[in-house]
Amino acid sequence: MSLNIEEIRAMFPVLHQEVNGKPLIYFDNAATTQKPQSVLDSLTGYYEKDNSNIHRGAHTLADRATRYYEETREGVKNFINANESAEVIFTKGTTESINLVASSYGRKFITKGDEIIISTLEHHSNIVPWQMLCEEKEATLKIIPINDRGEILLEEFENLLSDKTKFVSIVHVSNALGTINPVKKIIKKAHQVGAMVLLDGAQSTNHLDIDVQDLDCDFLAFSAHKLYGPTGLGILYGKRSLLEIMPPYQGGGEMIKEVTFAKTTYNEIPFKFEAGTPNIADVIAFQKALDFISFIGKSNIKKHEDELLDHANEAFGQIKGFVPVGTAAEKVSVVSFNINGMHPFDVGVMLDANGIAVRTGHHCTQPLMQRLGLEGTVRASFSVYNTKSEIDQMALSLAKIAKIKNK
Amino acid sequence: MSSIQDIQNEIIEEFEILGEDKESTIYYIMELGGQLPKFPEEERVDENIIKGCQSKVWLATRENGDKIQYLADSNTDITKGLISLLIRVLSGRTPQEILKADLDFIDKIGMGNIIGSQRSNGLSAMIKQMKLYALAYQAKQNV
Repeated sequence: MSLNIEEIRAMFPVLHQEVNGKPLIYFDNAATTQKPQSVLDSLTGYYEKDNSNIHRGAHTLADRATRYYEETREGVKNFINANESAEVIFTKGTTESINLVASSYGRKFITKGDEIIISTLEHHSNIVPWQMLCEEKEATLKIIPINDRGEILLEEFENLLSDKTKFVSIVHVSNALGTINPVKKIIKKAHQVGAMVLLDGAQSTNHLDIDVQDLDCDFLAFSAHKLYGPTGLGILYGKRSLLEIMPPYQGGGEMIKEVTFAKTTYNEIPFKFEAGTPNIADVIAFQKALDFISFIGKSNIKKHEDELLDHANEAFGQIKGFVPVGTAAEKVSVVSFNINGMHPFDVGVMLDANGIAVRTGHHCTQPLMQRLGLEGTVRASFSVYNTKSEIDQMALSLAKIAKIKNK
Repeated sequence: MSSIQDIQNEIIEEFEILGEDKESTIYYIMELGGQLPKFPEEERVDENIIKGCQSKVWLATRENGDKIQYLADSNTDITKGLISLLIRVLSGRTPQEILKADLDFIDKIGMGNIIGSQRSNGLSAMIKQMKLYALAYQAKQNV
């Protein structure tokens, strides 16, 4: 099936505007994707018709809101093929999902002398929580190196594994470079030494088919807002056997079974990890984003994005002074680059003057930038509603910008 | 020598000629950055880096009688252009002139829209540092 991109674009109101006198070209999708009208309607519809606090309410509205909220949990379960919806926990984002695991699982099961493995490609949100845990527990953080193309060195990873390895937390797709990591192999190897694995799926869940049972990851963290859904909502998937033995992350309402001043007993999963009134409206609206994805079809989305990536590589590659950063064999639709002699900020500001939204800087991956010997990059990331003609437009602007220093 | 206000008015006029077109304004700012005098290598040290700027900015001073000469550099051309405007307005002035200068040209040329809010914070940090130097010189003169 060939996608009708114009029909898809019509579903996204934000795309139809001018920025600095030029039609908006939105290429900052790895930071956050735009939201279809169905998601926006669901958000306002919830507040107009259903707003009510969920669970325990004895009235119709509370019942309705609860049902919709739990339907999204079921939707997420299907989206990642979890074994059951109780393994799906709503958080406020990928960052909180990772922190939850580091705090709860980490505090209980990581001890002095243990080793935790991450990679050079990690976002700060998959570095700092583990550094904090290691510092507290006197554990050691080990880093999987990469090659110059931005690919993880699997052999080096295997060398790092030992009976001391208790946890591996690895990014599925690099936000800065777009590299797709061979996570199935990594998970298998980690399990062979008895280590648990968390997958940072912030940048993979929107591009790749995710089957947590097939991958056999122990945890998966991702965000709704990179999946055409609302901001402020994240998901943590965890295997039941692990979630059940983990202590609560935060205390409060919703997460308890019974409270007395002497002792509190905790609720079952997933509620044990959802203290307080959750982000009800955004959870409910997220189902519409999942519906959008399944309506278009992930494989169709991937095929279109791959075509855009090929087209961009070819179009940008002809520009004098264009230096691609991250040239892994397996990539999602992200083009990270620099222009010879120019700072990425300057390139970003000049693209913005042409109505083109890209991200510039270190992309919250300072250790990766240090490894690559760069201060930062310009990153263009494509989504299902982007077109080849938008890429051509960016190539024209970029050629003009690059000419300043590359005559 | 023209007053600080005269120079500011000159800049406002120059930017008015550029009009609303953001692209040509940015090209102009970058061009200005290219005209900054070469920054002395011995001053390119961590102590001279202005904190609060997203891009790297080095700022140093020279005493010239009772006046302050500013020298600056940045790793981005747009920031270099911005700081060259500040230098054009403030360099070669007495500490008293610098301290009481109301830099209204920044708002009047719509700098916030051109460079975005994060860079505007950086610009404020540059001005603050320039005024701090002036304050230090003034204190020294009064001793």
